Amino acid sequence: MEPVHSFAPFAAVLAPLIGACLILLTGRRRPNLRESWSILAAVAQFGFVYSMVAPVLKGNVVEYTVTEIYRGMALQFRVDAFGMIFALLASSLWIVVSVYSIGYMRSLKEHAQTRFYFCFALALFGAVGVALSGNLITLYMFYEILTISTFPLVAHKETPEAIRAGRKYLVYLLGGAVLVLLAMALSFNLAGTLDFSPHGTLVGKGSQGELQFILALFMIGFGAKAAIMPLHEWLPSAMIAPTPVSALLHAVAVVKAGVFCCIRVILYIFGPNAFSSPDVWFILACILAVTVILANLIAITQDNLKRRLAFSTINNLSVIILGAALLSPPALKGAFLHLPFHGFLKITLFMCAGAIYVKTRKELISEMSGIGRQMPFTMAAFTIGASGLVGIPPISGFISKWYLCGGAFKAGELIFLFVFLASAFLDAVYFFPIVYAAYFGGKTIRIDEAPLSMTLPVIACAAASILLGIFPDLIFRFVSLANLIVQTVSGGS
Amino acid sequence: MNTEHFPALIVVVPLLLSFVVFAVGLVRRSLCLPIVILTLLACLGFAIGILQSVLTKGGTVRYYLGAWDPPWGIEYAVDHLNALVLLSIAVVSLLVAIHSRSVTAKEIPASKHGPFYTLLLLQVTGLFGMTITGDVFNLYVLLEIASFSAYAIIGMGEGGAPFAAFRYMIFGTIGACAYLLGIGYLYILTGSLNMADLRQLLVPLYESRVLLVGFAFIMVGIAIKMALFPVHTWLPDSYTLAPSAVSALLAPLFTKVGVYVLLRFLFTVFDPSFSSQMFPVLKVLGGVATIGIIFASIMALAQTDLKRMLCYLIVAEIGYIVVGVACANRVGLIGAILHTVNDIFMMACLFTVAGSITAYRGSRNIELFRGLHRTMPVTLAVFVAGALSVVGVPPFCGFFSKWYLVLGTIHAGQWVYLGVLLAGSLLNAVLFFRVLEKAYFELRDESGHAEPHGRKRPLIDRIPLTELGPMVVLALLLIFLGLFSNNIIGDVIEHAIPQTMRIH
Repeated sequence: MEPVHSFAPFAAVLAPLIGACLILLTGRRRPNLRESWSILAAVAQFGFVYSMVAPVLKGNVVEYTVTEIYRGMALQFRVDAFGMIFALLASSLWIVVSVYSIGYMRSLKEHAQTRFYFCFALALFGAVGVALSGNLITLYMFYEILTISTFPLVAHKETPEAIRAGRKYLVYLLGGAVLVLLAMALSFNLAGTLDFSPHGTLVGKGSQGELQFILALFMIGFGAKAAIMPLHEWLPSAMIAPTPVSALLHAVAVVKAGVFCCIRVILYIFGPNAFSSPDVWFILACILAVTVILANLIAITQDNLKRRLAFSTINNLSVIILGAALLSPPALKGAFLHLPFHGFLKITLFMCAGAIYVKTRKELISEMSGIGRQMPFTMAAFTIGASGLVGIPPISGFISKWYLCGGAFKAGELIFLFVFLASAFLDAVYFFPIVYAAYFGGKTIRIDEAPLSMTLPVIACAAASILLGIFPDLIFRFVSLANLIVQTVSGGS
Repeated sequence: MNTEHFPALIVVVPLLLSFVVFAVGLVRRSLCLPIVILTLLACLGFAIGILQSVLTKGGTVRYYLGAWDPPWGIEYAVDHLNALVLLSIAVVSLLVAIHSRSVTAKEIPASKHGPFYTLLLLQVTGLFGMTITGDVFNLYVLLEIASFSAYAIIGMGEGGAPFAAFRYMIFGTIGACAYLLGIGYLYILTGSLNMADLRQLLVPLYESRVLLVGFAFIMVGIAIKMALFPVHTWLPDSYTLAPSAVSALLAPLFTKVGVYVLLRFLFTVFDPSFSSQMFPVLKVLGGVATIGIIFASIMALAQTDLKRMLCYLIVAEIGYIVVGVACANRVGLIGAILHTVNDIFMMACLFTVAGSITAYRGSRNIELFRGLHRTMPVTLAVFVAGALSVVGVPPFCGFFSKWYLVLGTIHAGQWVYLGVLLAGSLLNAVLFFRVLEKAYFELRDESGHAEPHGRKRPLIDRIPLTELGPMVVLALLLIFLGLFSNNIIGDVIEHAIPQTMRIH
C-alpha cells in the first residue's frame, strides 16, 4: 500500500467546518443564503470524498498529516477503503438531508434554525473526520466533536422532555468516551502507537487478559454510540429530535460512527489473530446477537413510528458489528455492505416518518391507517425501505443480508445464521403491518403530499436503494471497496 | 536587542511603574490603565526575549542582581520551566488587563482606580518575581508582595469581600510563615539561600531530621498558597467576591505559580530522588490530590454562583496537576507542566467570561442564565471553548495535558489516580453542560412556545471590544495550544524534566 499525499481528506473534513462558520455568520436574517451554505458544504464535502475513490480503489492510502501531537503520533488523515465507505455514505446522504431539512424546518416553522444548521454541519465535520482518521487519537477527536455537536440537536425542542433526552444522550456518550480514552491510553502504553494496521496494532502485545480488558473497554465505550444493548437507552429517547436529525444522525452518521469505530477497533487495532482462542469473539458475537433479537422484539411493541424505527436501527447496527465479529470473509463483506445499504434504507424510512408528521402531525402508527392513499409517493418509498430491511430482492438490503448469512454459515456458527434469519423475519413482523394499514386501512382521503423538497429526497433515497440492489457497485463502488477491505484484512498480505 | 538584562527588567519595570501608576492616579485617573497595559506589553516583550535566549542557549540563563556573585547576592535563574511560566503570566496578565477596562469601570468607584491598578501591577510583579528568582528568600519576599497586594485588592470587591480577604490573609500568612520557617531551617543547615547552591549542599544532609522538618514546613506553606485540598478553604470565598478583573488575574495565575514553586522545590532545590524515593512525599501529595479532585468537583456541582463554581474547579485542576507530579515519571511530569500552562489559559478564559457576564447581567447565578445566548453569543462561545477544554475534548488544549496525565498514571501503575482523573473529567462534563443547558436552551412547553423575548439577537455581544477581544484571543489560544502541544513539549517542557527522570 503506497500512501498518496493529498490535501483532499483535509479539505473534505474542512468543508463542513467552513460551512458551519458561514451558516453562523449569515444567521436568521437571510435564511435562503444560510441554507445554500449548508447544501454547498455538503456538495463540496461529497466532491472531495468522491475524488479519493479512484486512488483508494487502486489499493493506495490517501494521507494528509496536519500536525504532530506526540512523538510518532499525529493528527493525521489516512483514507482506506473502509473509511471511504463510511465517508461516502455520510457525505452523500448529507446532501439529501440538507434539502429535506429545508422543507421540514420551514414547514414546521421551527425555532433556532441557525443553531440547527450550524450543529448539523459540525456533526458532519465530526462524522467524516471519524471516517477519514488515520489513527485512534484523531478518530477520538472527531468522535468527541460529533458527540458534542449533536447534543443541541437532540435537545432542539427545548421542552423538559427534550432536555432530559439530551442529558441522557450526553451521559451515555461522554461516559463511553471516557472509557475509550482509558482504553486508548492502555493500548498506547502497550503498543507505543495508535495507528491502524490491517493486521492489528495490538497483536502480540501484552497479555491475553490485558487485551481482553482493553477490548471490553473499547466495546463498551464505542458500543454506547452504536447502541449495543444494554447501552441503547439514549437512542429511542433521542427520537424527540427533529426528524432530519433522527434521519441522518441517528440512523447514519452518529450511530454508524459508533459502529465504524467498533469495527475499526475489532479489525485494525486487535485483528483476527489478537487472541489465542476465538472464544473472545464468540462472546462478543453472542452479546450482539442478543441485542439483535431483543431490539427487534421491542420494536414490535412500539406504537410511535420513530421509536419503532429507532429499535430497528439498534437491531441493524448490531447486525453490522456482529458480521464483523464473525471475521469470516463473506460476513465481513456483508457487514461492510450493510453499513451503507442500511443507511440508505433507514434514512428513507425516517424521512417518510418526518414527511408524514409535517403533513398530518401524526407520530403514532395506530393513527396512520390510510396514509398510503393520502401520501402515495412517501408510502411507496416507505414500502421500499421496509422491504429492503427485511431483505427482499432486488432491494439493496438483500445483498448485504445474503453475505451476512453466508458468512455465518461459512464461519460454522449456525446459531448466528439463525439470528440473522430470525431478525429478518422479525423485521417483516413489525414493518409490514404499517404498510398494510397504510394502504388497506382507514377511509379514502384525497392525495395530499408533503412539500416537494421533502418528497424528492425520499424518492431519491428509495430509488438509490433499488439501484444499489440491482447494480451494487454503481457510482459509490461499495462492493469493490468492501472486497478490497476483506482482501487487506484477511488476505494476510 | 540586548536581552542580557531582561530577567531583571521583567521584575523591576513593573515594580517601579506600579508606583508611577499610583502617582499618576492622583492627577489623571484615566491614564492608570494605559500605563499598566504598556508596562505589561513591555513585560511580554521581556518574557519572549527571555524564552528565546533560554532556547538558543539551551540551558539556564543566570543573572546576578547588582553583579553580586551567588550565594551572597540574589540570583535570577531562568531555565525552560520558568521561561514558559513567565511567558504565560505575561500573556494572560496583558489580556486580563485589557479586558478589565470596562468591567472595572463598573465595579470599582473611580476614586479608587489609582490604588486598584497599582495593586494589580504589584500583583503581577510579585508573580513574575516568584517565577524568575533563584533565591529561596527572595522568593519569600516576592511571594509576600504578591500576597499582600492580593489581600488588599480582593478587599475592594463586593459585599463580604473584606471579610473574605481577611480570612485569606490569615491563611496566606500562616502559609508564608510556614515557608519562611522552612527555609530558615535550610539556612541553619547550610548557610545558603541560593537554590543551585542549596541543591549541592543539601545532598549529604538528606538523612537529617532538621532538613525533613524544614522540608515539611516548606511543603505546607506552598500547599496553602496553591490551594491544595484540604488547605484550599480560603480560595472560593476570596476569589468569588474579588472584583472581576482581580479574580480573572489571580485565579489562573497565583495558584499555578504556586505549582511552579512546588516543582522548583521538589526537583531543583531537592534532588528528585529525595521526594520520590527517600521520603514518600509524592505519595502523600498524590493521595491528598485525588481526594481533592473528587471533593472539589462535587462541591463545584453544588454551586449556583458561576464564579464560585469555577473557584472549586481551580482546586480540582490543582489536584490534576499534583497527581501528574505524584506519578514521578517523565510522562506524568510532562502532563503536569503542560496542564499548568494550559490551565492558566483555560481559567483566564473562563474567569474573564464570568467577569463579563457579571458586569452585563449584574448576576452570576447560573439559574438566571436562561436566554443568555441571545444577548451574548460570542461570550458564550468563548465559555464553550473554555468548558470543552476543561472537560478534555480535543482539539482543545485540556485534552492533551490530560492525555499525558493519564499515560503518566498508567506508567506509574497508579490505578487509583487513573480512576480519579477519569471520574473527574466526567464530573466536569456534568458541571459545564448544566451551565450551557441553562444558557442555550429556552424553556418551552409542549407546543413549542418559548417565553416571550422582545429583543432581536445581535450578531455580536453589546459589550465593548476591549472585553470581547481578549476573551476571543484566549479562546483561540486554547485551540492553538492544543494543536501545537507537541512543539511546546518537544522544545520546552522536555528540557524542564529533571535529568534523572528523562530516561524512560
